[in-house]
Amino acid sequence: MSENAETGFTDALKRRIDPPVAIAFGCIVVMLFLGSLYSRSFLSPEYLLQQLKVASFLGVIATGTMIVILLGQIDLSIPWVVAVGGMMSTAATGWGPVGHAIAIPFGVACGVALGLVNGFGVAYLRIPSMIITLAVNAVAQGLMVVHTGGFSPQDSSSPAMRTLATGELFFGLPNALIVWAVVGAGAIFLLNRTTFGRAVYGIGNRERAAYLSGIDTQRVVLIAFALAGGLSAFGGVLLAGYASKAAQAMGDAYLLPAIAAVVLGGASILGGRGSYLGTVAGVILITLLQSILSVVQMPEAGRQITYGIVIVAMLLLYGRESRAR
Amino acid sequence: MSDWRYVLAQSRGTLLAIVFFVVMFVIYTSNHPAGFSANVVQTAANKGVLLALVAMAQTFVVITAGIDLSVGAVFVLTNCLASWILVGTAATATLGVLGVLLSGLACGAINGLIVIYGRLQPIVATIASGAVFFGLALLLRPVPGGDVYGPLADALTGRIFGVLPASLVALGAVVLVVWIPYSRSAIGRAAYAVGSSESAAYMSGVPVDAAKFCAYMLSGLTAALGGLFLTFVTYSGEASAANGNTYTLFSIAAVVLGGVSLFGGSGSAIGAIFGALMFRTIGDLLFVFNFDPLWQPLFQGLVLLAAVCVGSARLFQVRNRLELFP
Repeated sequence: MSENAETGFTDALKRRIDPPVAIAFGCIVVMLFLGSLYSRSFLSPEYLLQQLKVASFLGVIATGTMIVILLGQIDLSIPWVVAVGGMMSTAATGWGPVGHAIAIPFGVACGVALGLVNGFGVAYLRIPSMIITLAVNAVAQGLMVVHTGGFSPQDSSSPAMRTLATGELFFGLPNALIVWAVVGAGAIFLLNRTTFGRAVYGIGNRERAAYLSGIDTQRVVLIAFALAGGLSAFGGVLLAGYASKAAQAMGDAYLLPAIAAVVLGGASILGGRGSYLGTVAGVILITLLQSILSVVQMPEAGRQITYGIVIVAMLLLYGRESRAR
Repeated sequence: MSDWRYVLAQSRGTLLAIVFFVVMFVIYTSNHPAGFSANVVQTAANKGVLLALVAMAQTFVVITAGIDLSVGAVFVLTNCLASWILVGTAATATLGVLGVLLSGLACGAINGLIVIYGRLQPIVATIASGAVFFGLALLLRPVPGGDVYGPLADALTGRIFGVLPASLVALGAVVLVVWIPYSRSAIGRAAYAVGSSESAAYMSGVPVDAAKFCAYMLSGLTAALGGLFLTFVTYSGEASAANGNTYTLFSIAAVVLGGVSLFGGSGSAIGAIFGALMFRTIGDLLFVFNFDPLWQPLFQGLVLLAAVCVGSARLFQVRNRLELFP
């Protein structure tokens, strides 16, 4: 009897722990260990907190990316939606006291608007997501070039943005990390405890089946893309707060890491499979990898090569598709 | 009796791309201050051929229902390599050309191996391999520079008989030597079959893995041709991340404008080439209309958005509501 309960418990544990997520967290530990061989400070709380703070920006952006990837779609508009978020929020700051107050919501709203265009194209016009998001990225870039005149905007970020991105609440806990925790908790709730979340997984597995089960799949896709746009822009707002101003290509460095983080976390790029915990692991993994490569002062060329090889190697470990024949 | 209707239906996308390009190019040249002169055509051709070659590289993989996000990186890597080894005498330059093409093939082979035998999704695998290729390019050219064998570069970017742009002739030669034989060969048909339905192709005894591998190799080779041509145009090598990304993204846009389906199994490299030329002409149109250059990216983006809405929206092709949901 008790034996049964025992095996039942380990089975339940096995079912709860996703192998890719476990491997990803294992890789984080290995990476920290290798780093600590190079320098003791890799295990210091200050360093770890600093890494988590840097990771939160990617984490917020990757949250949106993950929802879209769970649908079996992809969002290539991240670079300029991030820039729109940063630039529009700093532009709003330039409008005076009212602008200060609405800077953050305004930046996020602009991202949601672009996300709605993406979602409308994918859900209702049935344009492949890779194409429509690429086009929206180009339009967003065009809008920002016209807005800024091709230079980095002069407006600086509002105090609220700066506090959110660089401040500390207590015990040296960075605000950015708390923001990511809140966003992450929201995402976990949304994906696991709401009909919307279950619909996202359902559509990712097979949209036709989800539609025939009575889900308004088009509306779910539209909302998911709007969420992704909003989160990308929010990431841009945080980045603008961190650097205290927005810049032209501020989002370019976030497209590939965001996708890589989600995929390294065990989510299938074909959709329908993946957990938020995996994305958290992926984000930390990517940030740590970038940090270690820069700490050991590897030149940019070596960094790119290592980065690519590590991603391929890790995916070969656990991200392989099964032979579908 | 005659199957011209099927042929026409098959190449609808290609023909549309050609028509759109011709219309745009006529508008462009008729408003250009210098008019339809050999010089204008030569400049436009040199710029267009670069993107056309990269778009062609993308086509090979897209036909098999894959995607190659490393074409831009291969393009930049081969450019950097060419700026090292394409120098000296005619003999060493010839060897250099061979070396560059071989390295392109090797890049394609690596992508193919990861995708086919590693069983990773092409979109993720080529993102990662693209980072590696770009890193190698940075190793070769930490700062822009280098040289190229002048006579060859001048011959390929100049004009033949003073009128015909040599770059267009070279592009035509690539199509004749690479695309036409490939698309008519068994392995080329196999690529289309794999793109239409991989499992059906497998069941019919089509060499699925060989077809995919060949597509990735040819993609690497054509991207290397693009990199070679970039070296001829710029006389130097530069490991520019922006350049690589732009060409990757533009190649996808050009492929779609050229009527190649991203779901695989239909379209042709000729369509993609005209898609690329069209995309370049869109960018140039603003200059002849004396618009503020600031508005150029927005205009280009809006045209791209409009083109993809009309071109690839499946909404206008469904006959049954259930067809909306794949």
